[in-house]
Amino acid sequence: MLTKDVKSLESVVIRFAGDSGDGMQLMGDRFTSTAALVGNDLVTFPDFPAEIRAPAGSLAGVSAFQIQFSSKDIFTPGDQVDVLVVMNPAALKVHLADLRPGGMIIANDSSFTTKNLRMAGWESNPLEDDTVAQFRLYNIEISRLIAKAVEDIGLPAKTVARTKNMFALGLLYWMYGRPIEPTAKWLKEKFKSRPELVEANTRALKAGYNFGDITEIFATSYQVDPAPLEPGTYRNITGNYALGLGLLTASQKGDIPLFMAGYPITPASDILHQLSYYKNFDVKSFQAEDEIAGIGAAVGAAFAGNLAVTASSGPGIALKGEAIGLAVITELPLIILSIQRAGPSTGMPTKVEQADLFQAMYGRNSESPLPVLAPATPGECFYIAYEACRIALKYMTPVFVLSDSFLASGAEPWQIPNLEELTPIDFEYEKSGNGPFQPYARDQKTLARAWAIPGTPELEHRIGGLEKENITGNVSYDADNHDLMVRLREQKVAGMVREISPTEIYGDTTGDVLVLGWGSTFGAIRTAVESLRSEKLAVSHAHIRWMNPLPPDLGEILLKYQKILIPEMNLGQLSKLVRAEYLVDAEGLNIVRGRPFRESHITEKIREFL
Amino acid sequence: MTKVMEKPILSRKDFISDQDVRWCPGCGDYSILSQTQKTFPSLGIPKENIVFISGIGCSSRFPYYMNTYGFHSIHGRAPTIASGVKLANPELSVWVVTGDGDALSIGGNHFIHVLRRNIDINIILFNNQIYGLTKGQYSPTSELGKVTKSTPFGSLDRPFNPPAVALGAQATFVARTVDKYTKHIQNMLHRQYDHKGTTFLEVYQNCNIFNDGAFKHLSDREVREDNVLILEHGKPMIFGKEKNKGLRLDGLTLQVVSLEQDYSPDDLVVHDENDRNLAGILANLTYAHELPTPVGVLYQEEEPTYDDLLVQQIEQAKEKLGEGNLMKLISGADTWEVT
Repeated sequence: MLTKDVKSLESVVIRFAGDSGDGMQLMGDRFTSTAALVGNDLVTFPDFPAEIRAPAGSLAGVSAFQIQFSSKDIFTPGDQVDVLVVMNPAALKVHLADLRPGGMIIANDSSFTTKNLRMAGWESNPLEDDTVAQFRLYNIEISRLIAKAVEDIGLPAKTVARTKNMFALGLLYWMYGRPIEPTAKWLKEKFKSRPELVEANTRALKAGYNFGDITEIFATSYQVDPAPLEPGTYRNITGNYALGLGLLTASQKGDIPLFMAGYPITPASDILHQLSYYKNFDVKSFQAEDEIAGIGAAVGAAFAGNLAVTASSGPGIALKGEAIGLAVITELPLIILSIQRAGPSTGMPTKVEQADLFQAMYGRNSESPLPVLAPATPGECFYIAYEACRIALKYMTPVFVLSDSFLASGAEPWQIPNLEELTPIDFEYEKSGNGPFQPYARDQKTLARAWAIPGTPELEHRIGGLEKENITGNVSYDADNHDLMVRLREQKVAGMVREISPTEIYGDTTGDVLVLGWGSTFGAIRTAVESLRSEKLAVSHAHIRWMNPLPPDLGEILLKYQKILIPEMNLGQLSKLVRAEYLVDAEGLNIVRGRPFRESHITEKIREFL
Repeated sequence: MTKVMEKPILSRKDFISDQDVRWCPGCGDYSILSQTQKTFPSLGIPKENIVFISGIGCSSRFPYYMNTYGFHSIHGRAPTIASGVKLANPELSVWVVTGDGDALSIGGNHFIHVLRRNIDINIILFNNQIYGLTKGQYSPTSELGKVTKSTPFGSLDRPFNPPAVALGAQATFVARTVDKYTKHIQNMLHRQYDHKGTTFLEVYQNCNIFNDGAFKHLSDREVREDNVLILEHGKPMIFGKEKNKGLRLDGLTLQVVSLEQDYSPDDLVVHDENDRNLAGILANLTYAHELPTPVGVLYQEEEPTYDDLLVQQIEQAKEKLGEGNLMKLISGADTWEVT
């Protein structure tokens, strides 16, 4: 056997692409899990079509999964792809443009048939002409090789074909010096009741690994060392899953039952699914008949004393608008998770955007203020969900959490938190025996009203959507009272600045450019600023999590830089807020392509500034 | 002497809130409110365990006047809020007060789904066949051709038949009464309370401003007994001022027969509340003017309730999986150490 070179790399970006039915997401998940176990830092970007199964071989049906794994701390799934794994001609067509010159293509040759080529719009076979000349092509007959590897099991051809993702995975494991055992173990668990599938998939996995090891096609394998993460116990986590865990943690720490009511919508449904499993944590989940019923039930559960949550995305949030206003005027604690996607209307349900900031801020009739929080990374979703619950209960208010589809399904290593270190959930139900109950009497400091829940003797009272008289909560049309109540609701939210930690600045606290961001653009901004700072440019990065109210120190921070750049996946919503609030000449970098920002978008823009 | 600490026995007064009632003088809502306040003390539940929830419309002011917990919510959504309240705390007695526009127009979807789920809440629908609060537009129960502000040349859409809608939505309890039938309302409220599952009570209610006299034939003392059929479980369907008329089934069609000539009570249909097919036939008398309008319990059947099933599922999950262990869940199956 020949000895092969092992080359050390700092970071690698791989994209797996194939038909929706080719198991690309599963393959990505497994590669991610193994990369984590090896100790790399990583960021993933699943990118799939909204259609469940578009016609096989079509461009619309291409599903992809990108991962960057690294021996250093990284924040993005990577701008350019180093290795593109394509299961069919359509996948090559859709993704070739993102492969860096000199990058590697691993193609399943068996699928480059005349029919598939035609469906993907290739006039001739790109693997055989100069389309791929500037790349390193590894054209492998995966289908034939797996058929051979499993021929004695006697499975139908279709089932055999489905193991091709495992072959490719095995090959990549060899190429990057990764163990195959964790995946083999996972297969055993996954197909527990189908031993023949365990066998076929494991054989395909091994066949891929051995193919790299034994054949002479690959002269080099690569090594990506563990990243220097902070000591601790880690797991991989996606944003949606972290939101669910954050809610559950708040419920457990606050000793208050969690109630989740929602309606299926991409990309928020995962949260409903996840919480539906937590019955043994006393979590009640309710799949309502529509978005409005989802939030209606949540408002009812909040009235009855539960920690109530609803989750949706832009179109669903639009339907919930009236009920959110009801939660604002009745001052009930309620968590509204909005997992943003590209719009308007149905837009592009599986593609990312952060253009629902104004919807969260202003998407209701009249003055209807509520706090808005936005996580920056998948792991941070846990803390933001927890914080949202803490704020909702402490202040008796609905709270918006603005995540997006990139955070929702993107994964990163996440240090398991020490729950003792979380700020306690501080709330109490009103008790009987304090004389006549005044539902709209307020805590002097937080302006929270008391929470008297049905079942408590002597506190019977009525609330509703009509304007409330201050203190008594009776219906009131009094002009002075309305003016007062509008201002009280605003002041309550404004007062939450006391909850906001000082804004962290990455880089110098004064300088030429401050890049101000929110939400999932964090990784691209941080990577860009890091790279420019390594060139000794006076660029800094601040990322806010509180969108309403804005951090109290933000105004002063903005004054300390010559220029403010605000990159957003919208046409300038935070820019407008910042310009209105602080009268600074903030400039937007606005890209709305349904895809996450690239580091290069931001570095190029900053260079224009300097 | 020993002091016996007992829950105070409640009276009608305990259920009257300190708010002034603001319905138009002469509105049918007053009677329904009054019967409710009279009935609730006898249900034997502490008033802190009672919640009234409403949407928008004249009827939806109801919770303000009941000295219980109450929530005057948004248009059409009361069943959703009530569902949340009941699921969060199944110990509560939850009541929805709604109207024909609120429940059957803007809230139609929630109305059918709450009935389908059979959550243990009670719905009282005040049907006045008109929009009152918005000052007189036709409603989804207004008769075809109704001339109103929004239909000056007559309405073009056929009305809903509320009990038939409820039965179609798999309701487990469907009943009807009339605002003027004070004792009957009380009886129906008791029946609603006694039934486990979603109950639907339609109350024909007169709007004396925008649709006065819509139910005159059922409420005027001179004529009502000839127009109304009071349903009683196990009893033959007899009606009329002189108790001289009855309903007989000809195939699947009900027909009025005279007990003075050819027929005896033995020939009549005997009401069976548990017969879904019969309930369907009765519901279809809603707009059959040559036949009496049935009031009382059209249908009732005990079925598992959503709230009970949810509680059971939680218990089963705990038995199977044990009490949830948060730290274990957060850590997940695949962790690694960085040292």
